[in-house]
Amino acid sequence: MSPHDGKHAHPHDHGEPGLAEHHHIHAQLPSDPALRVKALESLLTEKGLVDPAAIDAWVELYESKIGPRIGAKVVAKSWTDPDFKQRLLADATRALGELDLLGNQGQHMVAVENTPQTHNMVVCTLCSCYPLPLLGLPPAWYKSAPYRSRVVIDPRGVLKEFGVKLPAETKVRVWDSTAEVRYLVVPERPKGTEGMSEEQLAALVTRDSMIGTGQALKPGAAKP
Amino acid sequence: MNGIHDLGGMHGHGPVAPETNEPLWHAPWEARMFGMRRGGTLPPGYNIDRWRHVREMIPPDLYLSRSYYDHWYMSYVAALLDGGWATAEEIASGHVAPDGAKRNDAMRPDQVWPAQKKSGVFTRTVDTPPLFAIGQRVRARNIHPVGHTRLPRYVRGKVGIVHLHHGGHVLPDANAHKAGEAPQHLYTVAFSFRELWGPDASARDEACADLWESYLEPA
Amino acid sequence: MNGIHDLGGMHGFGPVHAEAHEPPFHETWEGRAGGIVEVMAFPAGFTVDRFRYVRETLRPDLYLTQNYYEQWIYIAEQTLLESGMITASELKAGHAAPGTAPRNDAIRPEAVWDFLHDRAHSGRDLNEASRFAIGQKVRARNAQPMGHTRLPRYARGKIGIVTRHHDGHVLPDASAHGQGDAPQHLYTVAFTARELWGDAANARDKVHLDLWETYLEPA
Repeated sequence: MSPHDGKHAHPHDHGEPGLAEHHHIHAQLPSDPALRVKALESLLTEKGLVDPAAIDAWVELYESKIGPRIGAKVVAKSWTDPDFKQRLLADATRALGELDLLGNQGQHMVAVENTPQTHNMVVCTLCSCYPLPLLGLPPAWYKSAPYRSRVVIDPRGVLKEFGVKLPAETKVRVWDSTAEVRYLVVPERPKGTEGMSEEQLAALVTRDSMIGTGQALKPGAAKP
Repeated sequence: MNGIHDLGGMHGHGPVAPETNEPLWHAPWEARMFGMRRGGTLPPGYNIDRWRHVREMIPPDLYLSRSYYDHWYMSYVAALLDGGWATAEEIASGHVAPDGAKRNDAMRPDQVWPAQKKSGVFTRTVDTPPLFAIGQRVRARNIHPVGHTRLPRYVRGKVGIVHLHHGGHVLPDANAHKAGEAPQHLYTVAFSFRELWGPDASARDEACADLWESYLEPA
Repeated sequence: MNGIHDLGGMHGFGPVHAEAHEPPFHETWEGRAGGIVEVMAFPAGFTVDRFRYVRETLRPDLYLTQNYYEQWIYIAEQTLLESGMITASELKAGHAAPGTAPRNDAIRPEAVWDFLHDRAHSGRDLNEASRFAIGQKVRARNAQPMGHTRLPRYARGKIGIVTRHHDGHVLPDASAHGQGDAPQHLYTVAFTARELWGDAANARDKVHLDLWETYLEPA
C-alpha cells in the first residue's frame, strides 16, 4: 500500500490552485481566436520562443506524412499475416517498433482486436489522448465533451450516431486512455475479402474503425 | 483535480454529431496554434503533465465553450504567465516589451521529425516489484486530489480486475507539479459497467482505465 | 441526470465571491423576471420539479454563465412555447396574436401572499410504512438516471446513517416527467466527509442529504 500521512491521502497531491489566476487574462482579450493566435505567434517569434518555419513543418507533417493510412496498413498486415497479428496483439510496442512506426504520443502501444464477441472503443475522457503516429490528428468529435462524457456510459448510443449496430450478445469494452499507453483497435476483417492484397485491404480500414466508432468497409464500398 | 475536464459519465453535452469529411483544420489559426504548441518553447517544468494540468484549470465555462485549439492557446498563454516568460501586455499586443528577454534556441524545422520520432517515452525503471498481479481484484481509491491526477471520478471507489501491467511509468500527479517523475507501476484495470453505473447498466460491457499503483488498493 | 448542475465536489470554480450588502435584485428587470415566473400561469401539470429539470438541460456553458433570472425566463419561455400557450411570433413581438381571447384567472395581487405560502407543499400522506429507521445504515444507490433526480453523483454508492424521517413527499424523479406525485418516504441521511471524499477529509465533518426511499438500500 502506498504510504500516506493522512494529511495527503494521495502522496502526490501537490495542487497549485493559484494557477487559475493565469487564466483571468482571457476575460480581457478579444473573443476571436484568430486575432489572439496571430498575436501569440508574433510574440513568440519576437521572443525567440518559436520559429515560424518549425510551425510550418509540424503542420506539414500531419497534413501529408502522418495520418490514418499508416494504421490502416498495420491492420491490413495483421489480417494477412497471422504471425504478425499474434505479435501485434501480444506486444504492440515491439511489433510496431520493428516497423519503425512508434513516435510521439504512440511510444507505448496496445492493439485490441474486435471479434464477434467483443467490440473495442477508445476514448480519452480527461483530455484528447490519441495514437498520433498511426492515426494522425484526432477529429474534433473525439476531443469533444459529448464523446468524452458519453462513450464510457452509453457506448451503444454513441455507436448509433455513427450508424453502427452491434449484436446484443457482443460485449463492448471501452479503453479510457488515462496514461501514455495508446490504443489501436484492430477491426474485424470484412467477409468476402479473401485473396485481396494488403493494399486493397488497407483501403477498407477507416479511421473510425481503428477508434472503434466504425467498422471496416465491405469490399466494393466507397472510400471514406 | 475534480475539474470540468473530468467528463466521463456526464449527461447533457448533446450528441457527438461527427462531421463527415472533417478537414484537419477548421480555420488557418488552428494549424498555427497546433504548430506553435509543438514547435514552441515552454517555461521550465512544462512537460506534458503540467501542460494538461494548466489546461484543466481553464475556467469551466471557457473550457466548455471554446474550441480545442483555443484551449491550446489559453494553456500556452497561462504557461507563459506562470513561468514569467510574458506579461499580460505583451500577450495582448503580440509584441515583446522593449526590455523583454529573448531566446535563440527555438526548435528548427530540421528538428521536427526527430522530435516526433523520439519524444514521449514515459517508461521508467521502478525499484519495487509490482504490488498487483494480472487478474487481481483491485479498488480504485476514493481520493480527490486538488492537483493533477489521471484517476477519473467515475472509477473512484470501484472494484475492477487488473488486465495489463505496463511496468513503470512517469507519475503525472508528481510530474505536473515539478515534484519529479516519481515513476510507479502502471496497470490497465477493467471495470464492469454494472460496477461503474449500477444494476441497470449492461451486464456485459466494460470500461478500462490505465491507473498507477498509488491510485489502487487491494479489493 | 448527470448534468452540469450536479456540482458537489467539483474543483476549479474559484473562490466564493460574497457580495457585501447584496440587494435582492441587481437590476429592476431581475425583480420583474422573478415575479413573472413565480405567479404566471404554467401549463397544467407543470411542477417545480419540471422547472428544475428543464434548467438542468440548459447548455452546460450557459448554465454556468447565464444570469440566474435570465435562465428562469428562458425556462418559462420554452415551457410556454412547447405547450402551445404562446407562439414563437407572439414571443418575438411581445404581444398576443390578434383575436386571442385572454384568460381571466391570473393571480390577483391580493392573492399573491396566500398563493406563495399555500403551494409547493411537497408533503403527502403515505399508506406504506417507512422502510428505514432513524439510526439505520443505508447506502445511496448507484444509478445514472437520465431524467431528473435529486441524488447527487458524489453520494452514489456511499454509506450513511438515517438521522431524520420526513414522512411522504412528492418524488421529483416522477413529478418532473409528468408521472404525478408518486410520493415516497423522505429521509435525511448523514454521510461522513471521509466516506464521501476519502481519508484526506476531515475526520469529524458530515454532509447531510435529503434522500427519497428508492434512492436508498440497506447497508
